Amino acid sequence: MSTMVENLANRFRTCSVTGLKVDKTAENLIKINAVIAVVCFLIGVIAATGVLLTRWQAVHLLPADLFYRYLTLHGFNMLIFFIIFFEMAVLYFAGPVLLSCRLPAPKFGWVAFILMFVGMFLVNMNVMMGRADVLFTSYPPLRAAPNFYLGMILFAVGALIVCMQFMATLVVAKKEKTYGDGSIPLVAYGALTACIIAIITILHGAIIYIPTWLWSMNLIPMDAQMYRLVWWGLGHSSQQINVAAHVSVWYLLSGLTVGGVVLSEKVSRTAFFLYVLFISMASAHHLLVDPGFGPAWKVWNTSYAMYLAVLASMVHGFTVPASVEMGQRLRGFTNGTFEWLKKAPWGDPGFSGMILSLVIFGFMGGITGVTLGTEQINIIAHNTLRVPGHFHVTVVGGTALAFMAVTYYVLPLIFRKRVAFWAMAKLQPWFFGIGISIMGMSMIFQGIFGVPRRHFDISFSQAPFTAEFHPVVEVFQATMGIGGLLAITGALMFIAIAVVTVFFGSPMTDADIKNGASGIPQGVLKLPTQVHTGPQVEAAHKTGVSGTVILVAIFFLCFVAYYFTNWKILSFLWKIG
Amino acid sequence: MSSHNEMHSAIVPPKNWWVPAGSQEKKWITIAFIWCMILFAMMPLWHMKGGQNPSGIRGKVDPQKYAERTERFVNEFKVGEEKGIPIVAPPPGSEVYLVGKMWQWYPILKLKKGAEYTLHLSSTDINHGFSLTPVNINFQVVPGYDYGLKIVPNKAGDFRIICNEFCGIGHHNMIGKVLVEE
Repeated sequence: MSTMVENLANRFRTCSVTGLKVDKTAENLIKINAVIAVVCFLIGVIAATGVLLTRWQAVHLLPADLFYRYLTLHGFNMLIFFIIFFEMAVLYFAGPVLLSCRLPAPKFGWVAFILMFVGMFLVNMNVMMGRADVLFTSYPPLRAAPNFYLGMILFAVGALIVCMQFMATLVVAKKEKTYGDGSIPLVAYGALTACIIAIITILHGAIIYIPTWLWSMNLIPMDAQMYRLVWWGLGHSSQQINVAAHVSVWYLLSGLTVGGVVLSEKVSRTAFFLYVLFISMASAHHLLVDPGFGPAWKVWNTSYAMYLAVLASMVHGFTVPASVEMGQRLRGFTNGTFEWLKKAPWGDPGFSGMILSLVIFGFMGGITGVTLGTEQINIIAHNTLRVPGHFHVTVVGGTALAFMAVTYYVLPLIFRKRVAFWAMAKLQPWFFGIGISIMGMSMIFQGIFGVPRRHFDISFSQAPFTAEFHPVVEVFQATMGIGGLLAITGALMFIAIAVVTVFFGSPMTDADIKNGASGIPQGVLKLPTQVHTGPQVEAAHKTGVSGTVILVAIFFLCFVAYYFTNWKILSFLWKIG
Repeated sequence: MSSHNEMHSAIVPPKNWWVPAGSQEKKWITIAFIWCMILFAMMPLWHMKGGQNPSGIRGKVDPQKYAERTERFVNEFKVGEEKGIPIVAPPPGSEVYLVGKMWQWYPILKLKKGAEYTLHLSSTDINHGFSLTPVNINFQVVPGYDYGLKIVPNKAGDFRIICNEFCGIGHHNMIGKVLVEE
């Protein structure tokens, strides 16, 4: 019995900064998942460079076969492997670490990781060897080698085990009262939302990739439209895991960087719950101009049952900046409407990255996404460059940038290292965020002129007929190239910082923390565990969040203008029905 | 610990947090909710009042039969040929058949401005993307499914059909033609 207790005690270390009890296996799993995430990110960035420099017609780097191969590699590594490995790390953090709980089944954690790693390896090998030139969507009857589909299945099973372990952690933590009598913190609640959406997503992946695997071996037939329906339950929903995960990361970073507070737990949690109920319906966004579905099905599903998931995002779009504003006001930045924003810690990449991610995701990603997902407007957008333009400002400018920002806190808090190249780290979110914004908007504008996505040569030099686009497309081609190169620079800066810190970084000592040494984000010095009470809170309630109100008002006007402009453009088209 | 008089960050486990939201949040939620209802209403409204809807006549079709039907259509209304692809001029009001296949749009269509046609889209091999340029009309073309869309060209000219769904190594060379005459 006493050895059992000892074993259990040995499984934890007490964090010198936070005082939290940290399960060592959970911590190791965070590290390994985060490291592999960065490796996949590097593969994705290399592939991105090839794709960008080929789509930029003035450079047109790769031959056609390699272009489509790089595009396939880019899609899988960025949209699935990098992001889901990172999210696994987020789940191990939001569960065991944040709740000071033991990992219920450490061995399953390693089994899951190995499954995911082998799956990722199989997919990447098949793609690189030219046995799966099917792009990210892999629509049958386009065919890849059976091991490619098997790789996806193994990866999905591994991720499913991690989700189950996170759920089990919540049960154990509640039972063993590791975090007191209250509810789980909002960050953990948001992670739970992401976890539930992940389970829905992964089940869709299993439901579609298992029969597709059998089909690839000629064992069963496959209906092309049915595949598109179920596959998008994976393809789109995987991006909804990201939304829930990065919104949680925004709340976390708001707390860590400026002591941001939750204005209303009720409002924020209800918004997360709306995601669980409605967000997975968005797979219909990809099927709006498909022959297999009628208008009623399209309208109901594309709108997430009357836009209730959009409502949730608009709520977070208010409550997250409000959380930052209120945190700053409680710290004494109470003058005027925007002192809290002007005097924010802009030199902290955790903070600047979070704010850029929030602005890019909301203003560019959210507005363009809702518009694209409107049934009729999709006629002028489907499969044009507008679609990847949109998801580069959501997944890359939103999710990836939020994950980069939180990495600047993960490195000292989990890896216990000082962030390397600190001066460069301060610039990194700006390079990445501004670059991806320019690139994404340039793609969106090209798409408005009908430039197709997934296309090797829009000069049609080898085609029987040529087609010409509006001359302004050339301008957006150039800005896409420049923005893309800036973003790639930002991505490489991030990889260099992460890799050097993890493998060669100087360990963080207590003295470093006390003295505020270089390479330690300012928020690490004082973690936001305090509860504000008394007259300060009452005063803050009275002033409210006037800055945030102005910001969301600007956002709302942009939204309305962009949305109705698109209806106007649609009305110029031929009559179709 | 989240009553009106207490505030904390998102990493603190709260107690008794089901309390009314502040007035600024309530106002924003109300505006956002009304906006969401407008977003929703626009789609049915456009079905009733708007001229561009992706509804169409939809059904399953055997790819072989679709190819045969297209061949009959081509033979009936063929008026010429360009680069080995037949040019077909169907009369206003008729059913028009277009096939997407690796890596060609078949046949070339010659239509009249202001006339209504039912344009059928399907594929005889894998997924393709119908993208009429420079008007920018886009539809997914799925093998085994017939998508019949009523169209009325509103401008004369020489249009192109780009394929905007990846369909293999010749994808970027898959380009077709639609001619619209006054």
